Amino acid sequence: MARITLQKLAHSYMPHPKSEDDFALKELNHVWEDGMAYALLGASGCGKTTLLNIISGLVRPSHGRVLFGDRDVTDAPTAERNIAQVFQFPVVYDTMTVEDNLAFPLRNRGMDPSYIQARVHQIARMIGMEEVLKRKARGLTADAKQKISLGRGMVREDVNAILFDEPLTVIDPHMKWELRTQLKALHQQFGHTMIYVTHDQTEALTFADQVVVMHDGRVVQIGTPQALFETPAHTFVGYFIGSPGMNLFDATVEGRFATVAGQRLDLGLDYGRPTGRVQLGVRPEYVALSDDPSGLPVTVTRIEDVGRHRIVRAEFDGRPVNAIAHEGQPVTPAMRRLSLAPGHINVYADDWRVQGKAA
Amino acid sequence: MNKTVNQKAWFLVLPVLVLVAFSAVIPLMTVVNYSVQDTFGNNAFFWAGLDWFDEMVHSDRLHAALGRQVLFSAIILAIEVPLGIFIALNMPKKGFWSSVTLVLMALPLLIPWNVVGTIWQIFGRVDIGLLGRALSALGIDYNYTNDPLDAWATVIVMDVWHWTSLVALLCYAGLQSIPQAYYQAARIDQATRWKVFRYIELPKMSGVLLIAVLLRFMDSFMIYTEPFVVTGGGPGNATTFLSIDLVKMAVGQFDLGPAAAFSIMYFLVILLVSWVFYTVMTNFDKEEGL
Repeated sequence: MARITLQKLAHSYMPHPKSEDDFALKELNHVWEDGMAYALLGASGCGKTTLLNIISGLVRPSHGRVLFGDRDVTDAPTAERNIAQVFQFPVVYDTMTVEDNLAFPLRNRGMDPSYIQARVHQIARMIGMEEVLKRKARGLTADAKQKISLGRGMVREDVNAILFDEPLTVIDPHMKWELRTQLKALHQQFGHTMIYVTHDQTEALTFADQVVVMHDGRVVQIGTPQALFETPAHTFVGYFIGSPGMNLFDATVEGRFATVAGQRLDLGLDYGRPTGRVQLGVRPEYVALSDDPSGLPVTVTRIEDVGRHRIVRAEFDGRPVNAIAHEGQPVTPAMRRLSLAPGHINVYADDWRVQGKAA
Repeated sequence: MNKTVNQKAWFLVLPVLVLVAFSAVIPLMTVVNYSVQDTFGNNAFFWAGLDWFDEMVHSDRLHAALGRQVLFSAIILAIEVPLGIFIALNMPKKGFWSSVTLVLMALPLLIPWNVVGTIWQIFGRVDIGLLGRALSALGIDYNYTNDPLDAWATVIVMDVWHWTSLVALLCYAGLQSIPQAYYQAARIDQATRWKVFRYIELPKMSGVLLIAVLLRFMDSFMIYTEPFVVTGGGPGNATTFLSIDLVKMAVGQFDLGPAAAFSIMYFLVILLVSWVFYTVMTNFDKEEGL
């Protein structure tokens, strides 16, 4: 097991990339600490899979280096890296039995047969496939096949890291929960570095110690689920994480005051004079519907009850805005103002977060 | 609710019945008709029962032709199938060169069979053919008109040249349909090249391979034009395969009765062997562990 370092890593599928747009993966420096569980979160086509394939050696990066520990493995083939990877769609060897499928990576590495036997049974128990070990993999259901793929990914104990590329896409919901819990348990038990690609925020936030959010070939933020929620570094993170996503208001900011559609707000911190497109970002959780006349005037369009709380859909200055009303909090027709919780307003200039200073 | 009886629906299947009758049933029945009758000319026929079948089943001439036919089909399948797979595995998967190879591979398939025969007939001639002259210049005693072995070699090489492309193209299509993730998973699992072939490529190709084997078997078992043009069935009877023999019997000797019995048995043998191939290969495919 080793720490995985990415140095000035970038990748373009074109032979002669001209502009930044030609890069599927834009320059990135990052260290994946040994034994941590990471989630790689982002919309489809943002470069998550490319990054994963570079780590496992299926794709050679066009720029930069990959290090395992202190060893440069940029040019090393997959076999030398000793990495396990599980793909989005089930990959099983159809003509083999379930048992042979699970044993395949171990046999290829010339492990001792009695060890293989024991290990395969251990893994089969974990993925709940002990009864079908002797059956051919062909003809099993898609989620059974995907469980085999997961099992094959986990069967080697000495791997440097296990990479998961949206592995639960084809699994049905209740099984998803169970498998995710098992993966988490496995992580705690063996301490493998795990990198888990997903576009599902719940999956990412429940699985990982650290979440890496990617957008348009770029890593926009790396942090704990808490940090991503409270202080999104990029408007994409604000929008992508949380349900509903963060509200954004076009504003002008001077020092510690912002003006939004003629309304003046106190931000509490000094932001200087940011230039470019300046926006305020506030999570719906920190927006409250009230009748306080100093709030932003809105037209409420709809109220959705989602069980634990209600989502207030409203319009402000012609643009949609969402607020969350917690249980027991009254919502009346007289309430036509939104108040933003001070201290939970983030300022963005051209989509990137501006750090405020204590005024 | 009771079903209403409506016999008019039969009219809807009538066109198909007529079509099948004219394309298959009636022509086949004329052959059956000849196979159970005998004639001494003057268009006078009399009943012969199963005599012709009996004669053909015990005919040494037919046995010899059948033996040659089986040997020929076995040899070309043993060469064309592995060779076709090997070529398909080595064809470029994408880009400019893949189109070039595809066109090159398809070329032999586009040439009419008698032209293929003519090409090889001339190519192999010792007096003017490029191959024949080249081989004799190398000191190899090659003459497909005199030596049965040379005749066989020529006919087999010609068939391999003509038809390996078909196997290769079918396998190529099968290979192209394998998702990239399988190869990636195999690299992650550290599988050797042989294991990738054995556990990924071969199983995924099995469907098209079945079609390739069946097509090549049926076609080679019925081969006529090319060997007829090149060797005319000779030297002696060395390359007289079943259909060449059949034509000699029916058209050359005008023995319509035995030829008709021969045709029917020939047809049944092809049907039987194809069915056996199909059953064996699909069962091999489906076989369950428990």
